[in-house]
Amino acid sequence: MAKERRPAVEGWFTLDPTDRTHEPTGAEPIALIGTRCSDSGTYFFPPERVMSRAPGYAGSELVDVELSTIGRLWSYTDAQYQPPEPFVAASDPYEPFCLAAVELDKEKMVVLGQIVPGISVDDLKVGMEMELVPGVLYEDDEAEYIVWKWRPVAAGSTESAKESVR
Amino acid sequence: MSVEQVAVLGVGMHQWGKWGRNFVEYGVAAARAALADAAIDWRDVQFVAGADTMRNGYPGYVAGATFAQALGWTGVPVTSAYGACASGAMALDAARQRILSGMCDVALVVGADTTPKGFLKPNAGERGDDPDWLRFRLLGATNPSYFAMWARRRMDLYGATVDDFAQVKVKNAAHGLENPYARYRKAVTTADIEASPTVSNPLRLLDICATSDGGAALVISSMDYAKKLIEKGSLSSEKLVRISAISTVTPTFPNTILELPEFATDSAAGLAAPEVTFKQDIGRAAYNQAGIGPDDVDVAEVYDLSTALELDWYEDLGFCAQGDAEKLLRDGVTTVGGRLPVNPSGGLACFGEAVPAQALAQVCELTWQLRGTAQGALAEDAKVGISANQGLFGHGSSVIVSR
Repeated sequence: MAKERRPAVEGWFTLDPTDRTHEPTGAEPIALIGTRCSDSGTYFFPPERVMSRAPGYAGSELVDVELSTIGRLWSYTDAQYQPPEPFVAASDPYEPFCLAAVELDKEKMVVLGQIVPGISVDDLKVGMEMELVPGVLYEDDEAEYIVWKWRPVAAGSTESAKESVR
Repeated sequence: MSVEQVAVLGVGMHQWGKWGRNFVEYGVAAARAALADAAIDWRDVQFVAGADTMRNGYPGYVAGATFAQALGWTGVPVTSAYGACASGAMALDAARQRILSGMCDVALVVGADTTPKGFLKPNAGERGDDPDWLRFRLLGATNPSYFAMWARRRMDLYGATVDDFAQVKVKNAAHGLENPYARYRKAVTTADIEASPTVSNPLRLLDICATSDGGAALVISSMDYAKKLIEKGSLSSEKLVRISAISTVTPTFPNTILELPEFATDSAAGLAAPEVTFKQDIGRAAYNQAGIGPDDVDVAEVYDLSTALELDWYEDLGFCAQGDAEKLLRDGVTTVGGRLPVNPSGGLACFGEAVPAQALAQVCELTWQLRGTAQGALAEDAKVGISANQGLFGHGSSVIVSR
C-alpha cells in the first residue's frame, strides 16, 4: 500500500491548482501559492500574510495566488556534501542533488527549489526552460513528505525523468 | 554629505584558527592588544560595544557586557549588536555615534567567535516559521549553495571561468603568507584548487572560506581626544588613522538579487527594481558619507566568502565596470604591488570567517595598512582604505578609513 503523502510545508503549494495552462508531462500538477499586493501588483513567496512589504502599500489587500509553474533557469548549483540538520536526506547513503533558481516572467521574481533526481549540473544551462513538479523531499515510516521541485522542460519527455517524478 | 570623523587610537587581534576555546578569551586578548596599541588604560574607556556571536549561548548575545565583565567591571555603559557579517561594523557605528553625539570621548569595540566544525547551520529545534531553518529543511540550501549560484551567474553573464576564481585564492593565499593573525599561511596553487573536491558546483573546497575562531578589537575616540593625546606625546600624528564612514544600509524593495537565506527574490512586477543593487548601495553609502569616490581608494578588504564573490565586490565598490573584475585581477591591479591591492591580509581565504569579529578585523587590517605597519603584505603608501561585507537577512557594511 502506498504511504500517505503529506506536504513538507503547509500553505506554500497546492497539488490541485486551478490554472492548468501548463501541465508537466508525466507528472502531477503543482503550483506554488504566493500572495499578491492588489494595489502595487507585486508578488510574495513564501506567501506574505501580515502586510504588503511594498513600501507605501501597507494598507493594500494581500490576495492568495498561484504562481507561474514555468520559468527560466536564473542560476543553479548542486550539493555534493550532505547539508546539515534540519535537512533530512532522501536516501542513505546520501545522493547529491541540484538546486535551481528559476525566474518567473509574469511575477518578475526568482524562486528556489530542488531539482528532480537524476539531473546533474551537466544537464543544466542558465536560461533553459524549467517547470514545477511535485517531488518527495524525504520519507519516514508513516508518510512521504512532498515538496515542489524544478525540472528542465526538455527532460520531462524522457523516460528516466518521468520515473524520477513521483 | 560628509560625516565628522573619529580617530582610531588602537587596534588588536587574536590569531584566527580552530582553537575551540571560549570566545571571550579571544575577545579579551584582542581588546588588551588594542588598548596597549592605543596606550589607553581600560579604566579610561567610556563605552564598550560588543559584536554578538549566535553560537555561544547567552554570553554571546550580550557580548558588550561579557567583554566588560571579563576586563573587570568599571561601571562603563555597554551595548551589543548583531547584524550577521556586519555585526562588527554595527558595533563600531554604535561607538562612533556615542562619540559624535558628545556622550563619550573614547570607546572600545570588540568582536570574537568560536565556530563549530562544518557548514554553518541554524540553531537547533523545530522552527517552521524561521526562513533560515526552513531553507535547510525544504531545500538543503547551505551558504555555499548561494555563493555557488552567484558564481554561476558571473560565469554566465561575464564569461568568468573556474580558473579566474582560482586566481583569487592564489593571490589571497600569497598575501596572507606572513600575516601573523591569519589561520592559513600556506601558498596555494591552481593545481591545489583543481584537486580540491567540488562542494557546490562550480565552487570547490578551496574556493569557499572556512569558519574560524578569532577576535578583533578597536579603540576609537573623538578627534579632540586624539589631538590631546598627540599634544601629550602619547600618540603619533603620523600614525593617526580616522574612520570617515560606516555604512550599514539594508536592501531597497524590490531586491531582485537572491539573498541568503531567502526562498525567492522580491518581485519587480509592481514597483520597479532600484537602479543600484544592495551590494552597490553598501559601498555607495560609505563613499557618500566620506565624501570620496572609488578613485580615491588605495587598498580594500572585501568579503571573499567565495573566490567569485571577491570579483563581484570589485564591481560593486566601483573599482571597475560590471564584467571587468577578471581583467582587474589578471592585470595584477588587486595584488599587493598593484594599484589597488584587495585583501592584503589574505582575506577570508586565509582567515576563515569568525562572524562577529570579521568586519572589525577588516578595519584593523586597513589601519595597519594605512600606518604602514602591516606585518604581512603591505600596500604602498596607502592613504584611503575601504572594507565591505554582506551577510544574512539584508545585512552588509562598509567602513572607510583614511589618514
